[in-house]
Amino acid sequence: MNVIEASGLGKRYGGTWAVRECALAIPAGHVAALVGPNGAGKTTLLNLAVGLAAPTAGIVTVLGGCSAGSPAALDGIAFVAQNTPLYKNLSAADMVHLTRNLNRRFDQGYAQDRLGELGIPLNRKAGHLSGGQQAQLALTLALARRPRLLVLDEPMAMLDPLARHDFMATVMTAVADDGVSVLLSSHVLAELERVADYLILMSAGRVQVAGEVDDLLACHRVLTGPAAEAGEYAERSCVVHARSGGALAHLLVRTSGPTDPVPPGWDAHPVSLEELSLAYLRAPGAAALPGPARIRNAERAEVAK
Amino acid sequence: MAGPTSPIEFRLDPASGVPTYLQLVHQIEHALRLGYLKPGDQLPKVRDAVASLAINPNTVLKAYRELETKGLASGRPGQGTFITATLNQVALPELAGLRRLLLSWLTAADAAGLDDDGIVALVTSSLRDFRDNSGGSGAAGTTKKGVA
Repeated sequence: MNVIEASGLGKRYGGTWAVRECALAIPAGHVAALVGPNGAGKTTLLNLAVGLAAPTAGIVTVLGGCSAGSPAALDGIAFVAQNTPLYKNLSAADMVHLTRNLNRRFDQGYAQDRLGELGIPLNRKAGHLSGGQQAQLALTLALARRPRLLVLDEPMAMLDPLARHDFMATVMTAVADDGVSVLLSSHVLAELERVADYLILMSAGRVQVAGEVDDLLACHRVLTGPAAEAGEYAERSCVVHARSGGALAHLLVRTSGPTDPVPPGWDAHPVSLEELSLAYLRAPGAAALPGPARIRNAERAEVAK
Repeated sequence: MAGPTSPIEFRLDPASGVPTYLQLVHQIEHALRLGYLKPGDQLPKVRDAVASLAINPNTVLKAYRELETKGLASGRPGQGTFITATLNQVALPELAGLRRLLLSWLTAADAAGLDDDGIVALVTSSLRDFRDNSGGSGAAGTTKKGVA
């Protein structure tokens, strides 16, 4: 089952396409990171997926075919928007009461236990809680709805390092306990590197890279070798990004796998997720999407034989 | 939270560049070699590791699968993952003796002007020669696998 599936998806605000020609299929059971620079269209894509915005073009479905925003979709998805949306004048207890009455399913016991463990004072107004506590309160309310998909938009932007850790620990515990799928956006990849096992890279409204992190890392590498040969190498293989001095060149290349032969005189190094993402973001023309990439790899395997 | 179920706790070094699951594998192997973990000991529960490190549960599962493949641990349904073998081939008193020998060797190496990198390089190449010549004991296989 795919928790989110989109094809030809686009959203235009006035004359500007915030998201365009987006094709995506995120399988269930992943913690997926949606990464891209500010203004790449991450929030728009999330709003389309949870049904807060209607597409200008194309379609998006969630949880194995429910159309976004339909009652079945709303029941199965919990969404925490940017800047922890809470009624600042309501107390934590009132927020729990409100959320319970606004939703068909709400696990009161979970919410109370969790807030107790976190030491969040129930009678304090939400607006008077610390940033970390507000984020935890919003997250607890979302998880108490027992969603199958948890969507978080820039959940940690306002948090200090300790609060980030605690917030992510709560999310990951829910993944371990209930198998909830997660989609979270951020413009800071470093904070997602430990948690994400699926990466979606967006820039300028388009999805540039999508795939399982292990697969992406296995089929990319950095080759270091003589700059004079770099041009020749670039012609016959898939170079995502090249940096070259007078003598030495670094090429981030996509290969058909870790066993792909290294050209003589060159060194191969594994890439980190951050290095890979930066290389793609610097080369907006390059893309690594499951469909085309697999076809291309298959072709190259044929040639190699 | 209840008392600790496992003799060890994990830590992560975000700057090491080593994939998270491998860091967990290495820490367990290290604890086995030094005798902190013995056959029958329980590894940290996935949920506990996830809650304390804020990492993806799949990462912990991947590390435990790797240990099962190496024959060092096995999962018991509904209970957790337990150590089934040991890497600790030398008893602790002998370990202390070996450590003393190594320290006196290191003193000699230092006096000869070798720096840390030089010492590591010499040990690595000597160990490789030793394994190549002697065919190595049972430890060689695991060591090589651990490096690769």
